[in-house]
Amino acid sequence: MSVARLMTAAPIGAALVLAGCDLGPKAVTQTGYRGTGMAQVTDVSDIREEAAIPADPYALPADTGPRAREVYQNVQVLGDLSAERFNHLMAQITQWVAPPEQGCNYCHNPANLASDEVYQKVVARQMIRMTWDVNSQWASHVQATGVTCWTCHRGNGVPQYNWAMMETDDPGSRNNRMGQNQPNANVGYASLPGDPFSLFAQGEYSSRVAGKQIYPAASGNKSVKDAEANYAYMMHLSSSLGVNCTFCHNTQSLGAWNLSRAQRATAYYGIRMVADINDTHITPLTPVFPANRKGPMGDPYKINCMTCHQGLNKPLAGVSMLARAPTLRGPVGAVATAEDVGGAAARAATARQFDAPAAVNTGPAQAPPANSPAAQPATTR
Amino acid sequence: MARYQNLFTQVQLRAAPEFGPPLRDASFGRTGQPGFSYWMGKFGNAQIGPIYLGKLGIASLICGFLAFEIIGLNMLASVDWNPVQFVRQLFWLALEPPAPEWGFTLFVPLNEGGWWQMAGFFLTVSVLLWWARTYIRARALGMGTHVAWAFLSAIWLFVVIGFIRPLLMGSWAESVPFGIFPHLDWTAAFSIRYGNLFYNPFHALSIAFLYGSTLLFAMHGATILAVGRYGGEREIEQITDRGTASERAALFWRWTMGFNATMESIHRWAWWFAVLTTLTGGIGILLTGTVVDNWYLWAVQHGYAPAYPGTGVADPAITGLADPALAQGTQP
Repeated sequence: MSVARLMTAAPIGAALVLAGCDLGPKAVTQTGYRGTGMAQVTDVSDIREEAAIPADPYALPADTGPRAREVYQNVQVLGDLSAERFNHLMAQITQWVAPPEQGCNYCHNPANLASDEVYQKVVARQMIRMTWDVNSQWASHVQATGVTCWTCHRGNGVPQYNWAMMETDDPGSRNNRMGQNQPNANVGYASLPGDPFSLFAQGEYSSRVAGKQIYPAASGNKSVKDAEANYAYMMHLSSSLGVNCTFCHNTQSLGAWNLSRAQRATAYYGIRMVADINDTHITPLTPVFPANRKGPMGDPYKINCMTCHQGLNKPLAGVSMLARAPTLRGPVGAVATAEDVGGAAARAATARQFDAPAAVNTGPAQAPPANSPAAQPATTR
Repeated sequence: MARYQNLFTQVQLRAAPEFGPPLRDASFGRTGQPGFSYWMGKFGNAQIGPIYLGKLGIASLICGFLAFEIIGLNMLASVDWNPVQFVRQLFWLALEPPAPEWGFTLFVPLNEGGWWQMAGFFLTVSVLLWWARTYIRARALGMGTHVAWAFLSAIWLFVVIGFIRPLLMGSWAESVPFGIFPHLDWTAAFSIRYGNLFYNPFHALSIAFLYGSTLLFAMHGATILAVGRYGGEREIEQITDRGTASERAALFWRWTMGFNATMESIHRWAWWFAVLTTLTGGIGILLTGTVVDNWYLWAVQHGYAPAYPGTGVADPAITGLADPALAQGTQP
């Protein structure tokens, strides 16, 4: 190859290698005030196709007739349901969760359907309680759309997307990677900590790392290491929802709520919902799960954002399946009013303010959250 | 036969190598049999060597080699000494500083951050020895020491990140890992932790000087090349003459933008812009976490952050908000 040809080929090759990160057209949608970089960038050639939701095995019967507990034995959570509805839900669960070749026998002993000897049945009972909790306690995240078994399972016995604690090296060993610095799909192939789930998808560890006030506090300041772990979890959220940072945040201040979109509040509740479900419904099943349903550290496979979202900011593209399984909506009497601070009112306020650009920059700088000391003295210019 | 006409038509000489003036105040002689490289001649001078290493140079190279080996071997150990994985994962691999629980402990166990401390120590010593070398070599050649002081400005930023700020924060974990992606991820996490570094005014100054440096570099380089046909590279000797490259270059800028640098001032500008890039950058890093914990909030207080209309979203973690207007964030 002549030198001249090499000199021509090299830059073109380099450009292709660099652009190879993400070739193809992009669609950009403005999501916030002009000039703030609030935009969603979508790779139109790589939009996640939503798999078809299967039709019900048969039409939903009326909730009349004898109750399930009168007809069957050992019905612990669905006893108040009519036997007809109960059977319909069983058929749905078979369709949504059980591998086709096993059918009912995935959870039941065919010789004695009432028996709890198959561990999957014990898990399924807890998962029904979990679905009730999600739909009745976490409307702040799932709204009225709610979830059903299909939202996570999609025809798999174990939902396709799950996590268990990462096997960590001995901290004193020479090959210790401190849980990071290896290409990891969980965190968008960054070198960030590869298991942010142990920190944030269970328990009550706060993910907030940015300084709460202008000047350093006497104690309780988080380390840059905490910021790396938080950043890793945000990478997981971003890839699970198929969105970029500005779907929720304004990068002027990632922490300032009054600059964020209402979606951030939805995500706030989602993060807590995931941890609550893992702590309340899945981790307590640890003794029930066999070894092949547990990760390398002996904890069961748990949920994270990807389990439901699967690349879409609304799981199943926002389709609610609760109408076909009303039982899963949860006990009506126990429905809690979820605190939805950033809900409809905030959305209306957002639209109102973005429609009135003349009001911009006429007032003092927008104050940080009201509980911050910085909010107290009026700002001067 | 090739003839030298101006700096665009340089002729590569092939003759007895130039050995330079006799050494003064030197520990050793210059080493290496000089040779010529056609391709190096395209980038700079075709003659390679001899080099003067001296005691400082040798000590610096040894320390730098130790740091390089400590970093590389730790990365290799992290992939269980697998050379294929070392190459495949090289961009992700790192040598991490001690975890936060070690604080500013001086001697952390090797595998828990001690190797990082050792690599940082040797790298710092190496850079400082090389700095002393640039200073002493400049003096030996009867030059000013401008190169050494500019280099020291870069060293300042390096030492602030790796030692002075961790010392003030009382935690090695605040410092940066050695590694390609890991140090970039650290940079992003650092900005996130301290509320957006772009609102750090010294960071802003540093960026202004950095971009200013590239602009000055482009203007000066372009100007000298453009007057190459008049011997523009012989800047100083032409200053006082009419019609020279120097005068044309000056007139070009005076006529273009009404003002021109001089052959002296353009070099001072470039020197100061480059020096101030890392000098202000180091100050900005030094103040972060030690004096200011959230640069965005600091900028709001000082009217430095532009105000945009709020979105009406409030922090869900704030409980007991009685006033719904507060909950919507519409009140300042």
